[in-house]
Amino acid sequence: MAEPLLELRNLRKAYGALVVTDNVSLSVTPGELHAVIGPNGAGKTTLIHQISGMLPSDTGSILFGGEDITSLPMPQRVRRGLARSFQITSILPGFSALENVALAVQARSGSSFRLFGKAAQEKNLNDPAMECLSQVGLAARAHVPAGLLSHGEKRQLELAIGLATEPKLLLLDEPLAGTGHEESLRVVETLRRLKGRLTIVLIEHDMEAVFALADRVSVLVYGRVLATDTPGRIRENPDVRAAYLGEEELV
Amino acid sequence: MTELVQTEPSPAPSLGTRVEIVPIFLFAAFAAAPLLATVSGAEGYVLSLLTRVMIFGIAAMALDLILGYGALVSFGHAAFLGLGGYAVGILASHGIDDALVQVPVALAASALFALVTGAISLRTKGVYFIMITLAFGQMLYFLATSLAAYGGDDGMTLPSRSLVAGFSVLKSDFTFYWICLLCLLGTYAFSRAVVASRFGRVLRGTRDNATRMEAIGFRPFRFQLTAYVISGMMTGLAGCLLANQAEFVSPAFMTWQRSGELIFMVVLGGLGSLHGAIIGAAAFLLLEEFLPEILHAASFFLSDEVRDHLAENWKMVFGPLLILVVLFARGGIMGLLRRPRHG
Amino acid sequence: MTATLLFVQALNGLQFGLILFLIAAGLTLVFGVMDFINLAHGVQYMVGAYLVAAFSAWTGSFGWALLLALPTALAFGLLLEAIVFRHLYDRDHLDQVLATFGIILFLNQGVKFVWGAAPLSVPVPELLSGSVEIASGLLYPVYRLAIIAAGLVVAILLYGLVNHTRIGMLVRAGASNAAMVSALGVNIQRLFMVVFGFGAMLAGFAGAMVAPILSVEPGMGDNILILAFVVIVIGGIGSIRGAFLAALLIGLVDTLGRSFAPNLLRLVLDPAAASQTGRAIAPMLIYIFMAAVLFFRPSGLFPVKR
Repeated sequence: MAEPLLELRNLRKAYGALVVTDNVSLSVTPGELHAVIGPNGAGKTTLIHQISGMLPSDTGSILFGGEDITSLPMPQRVRRGLARSFQITSILPGFSALENVALAVQARSGSSFRLFGKAAQEKNLNDPAMECLSQVGLAARAHVPAGLLSHGEKRQLELAIGLATEPKLLLLDEPLAGTGHEESLRVVETLRRLKGRLTIVLIEHDMEAVFALADRVSVLVYGRVLATDTPGRIRENPDVRAAYLGEEELV
Repeated sequence: MTELVQTEPSPAPSLGTRVEIVPIFLFAAFAAAPLLATVSGAEGYVLSLLTRVMIFGIAAMALDLILGYGALVSFGHAAFLGLGGYAVGILASHGIDDALVQVPVALAASALFALVTGAISLRTKGVYFIMITLAFGQMLYFLATSLAAYGGDDGMTLPSRSLVAGFSVLKSDFTFYWICLLCLLGTYAFSRAVVASRFGRVLRGTRDNATRMEAIGFRPFRFQLTAYVISGMMTGLAGCLLANQAEFVSPAFMTWQRSGELIFMVVLGGLGSLHGAIIGAAAFLLLEEFLPEILHAASFFLSDEVRDHLAENWKMVFGPLLILVVLFARGGIMGLLRRPRHG
Repeated sequence: MTATLLFVQALNGLQFGLILFLIAAGLTLVFGVMDFINLAHGVQYMVGAYLVAAFSAWTGSFGWALLLALPTALAFGLLLEAIVFRHLYDRDHLDQVLATFGIILFLNQGVKFVWGAAPLSVPVPELLSGSVEIASGLLYPVYRLAIIAAGLVVAILLYGLVNHTRIGMLVRAGASNAAMVSALGVNIQRLFMVVFGFGAMLAGFAGAMVAPILSVEPGMGDNILILAFVVIVIGGIGSIRGAFLAALLIGLVDTLGRSFAPNLLRLVLDPAAASQTGRAIAPMLIYIFMAAVLFFRPSGLFPVKR
């Protein structure tokens, strides 16, 4: 197997006596779409926060492209190619969709201390931004203030912003959360197109989407990794069925 | 905090152009005012009042740059007025009375103070930031009161207005007025450019959602600190002008009430439009100037004694007015100009 | 000689620190529980002083005046809460700052309107006038000792109240997680009102206690408000314990700094320069102290966990 792009070693995060992620070890190989599933409260979002650098980890280490990034702040992780989306949509509502993405382009183009020149009219920022919007199918809505987009469109915008940082690895925190059926099909379609070009860690509740997209699936229960395997074998895994899938079936 | 300001150009172009008329009209009014002042007969009074308006306009606009575009509530901005003023005063008292030396020194001092206090204050968030900037402002105030050699509590009178390259051009109130207008126009144009630039866009983005900005690779601290330094320097420039206008500097330049008034000006005019801050400064100073008379006139039905008492205590009206603006007129004057009146 | 002076100044610092604590306690609770920044807290201190001045002129007794001033200060606080503050809880900090700044403008002028601009003085109560010998040959005013005692008693009561009563538990819980408290079915509105009124009364009490030793004048609350801010920022916003320690620290640093900075500087500078620099630096000491604390601990000494 190839050298992993992202490797988690014994990551742990606790709030007082409440252990949210416990001894999580995981490796993500380049180019794969790695889904992390688990019941509510399993610690999935906390794990994403730890990987992206929003939350410090208590113990353990995170290796990205072979480099130990455990103590790097979020912006520096982003610059190394580790981007994320948010579960609760986190965009700049007053900025147009294009500007939201153009800012991400600007972030990696370096020179953000320019005090002159109208940023909104810079072609070398707007063109790549437009390209990212097209990839998620939002090009037609580029000039709409992001706050006025529909919920599904905001989810797509999140994705476009993540893409604009030119990541090696994209962490997606429930990109389908709260989307309608049509919208969710569109996001799944976009993810399918991105798959292979980009390494993706996907956290998702929609099992249908997960099993359709993922190369490998890790199951997180009570902060621990129960199993990591191909979708097919995860489906068959008795522990997983007992801890998680069975529960779903009961509902 | 996300709803703090609405700065983005509205999609409807008619509104956008209508707002652009305001700054043009504003500067035209400032340019025409000296002519009217000559006609009015009370030329000295009108000129000095309007000069003050422009100077405070620069300071308020500088504050708007970080408050309206960066959501940084600095409650110690009067300190920079004091720094500018004292740079002029202290240098003048040592015989260095040329603005070409004084202004760079004032700007450098403001930048340094902003850099040091900003670096500490910006490590904190929200309400801590407000209190810490307040405390740093107060620190400078007490320093000024204890400078016995430079007048202490009482402040110091300048021997004369600053020279410019050896010439005493500022002596004439008219020339000084034009210089102030030039400074106002210059800082306005500069601020407009900054706000629209790459830098300004990051600053605005940070105001709306700092976490998002970090998640795309920006470190907000650096941008906020740079903006704080720029704003401090612009306010320092206003301090230089203010000292020259009054031909006097004192710790009163930098009381924390003065810092509060600067915020009031920005909010009164409307956050995050730059010219709104100038309008706010004008509204504030004109109100301060004429409220006693307005009160006196409006209370014609009361006895003379009560009317005098009322006019004397005009500040009692000022406070509630501020509360009303906060509670009911969030967008300030620019907000009223921007949106059509309801009902 | 220097040792006695040091002792007297330390007592003065302690007394000043305790007054600061009375003001900071209310401020830090109001902020901690309601996430509300109240600039008008300083004028509530001023109002306390004016109330005691007015009541003692009327009754001729400081004791009665204090007894009347406290409920009046409380009522006044509740009135302000109902008229202005209540409408600002869900606003951002900028709005709160501005509106409470408006209250300061109004009240500073308001007391001038009612009592005139000239400072009022309140006689030291008969019973507590005079001085006692606290060490051989060292006289110290009884009234200042009384302030120290009162301050300590209030601090102990407050500690008991916050740590060992139901309402105290709610206040502590509210400071760390207001949403949770309201989820428990507590009437947050009423809790806010109680905390607010209580804070106003504490500030009023501080003002009343210092009225006999300071001049009662418009704007007297303004500078002490900033000091109270410094105290709660150093102590950690929302923490009573932090406010107590920080208030004593600030009281001591400020008082001792003012009297000893010139002397200490004399060790490294010539006397004239030392006295000038000393007088310039002394009032800045607490701010430098604050900056140093924040540089190492951006959320103060005792951050309340959120």
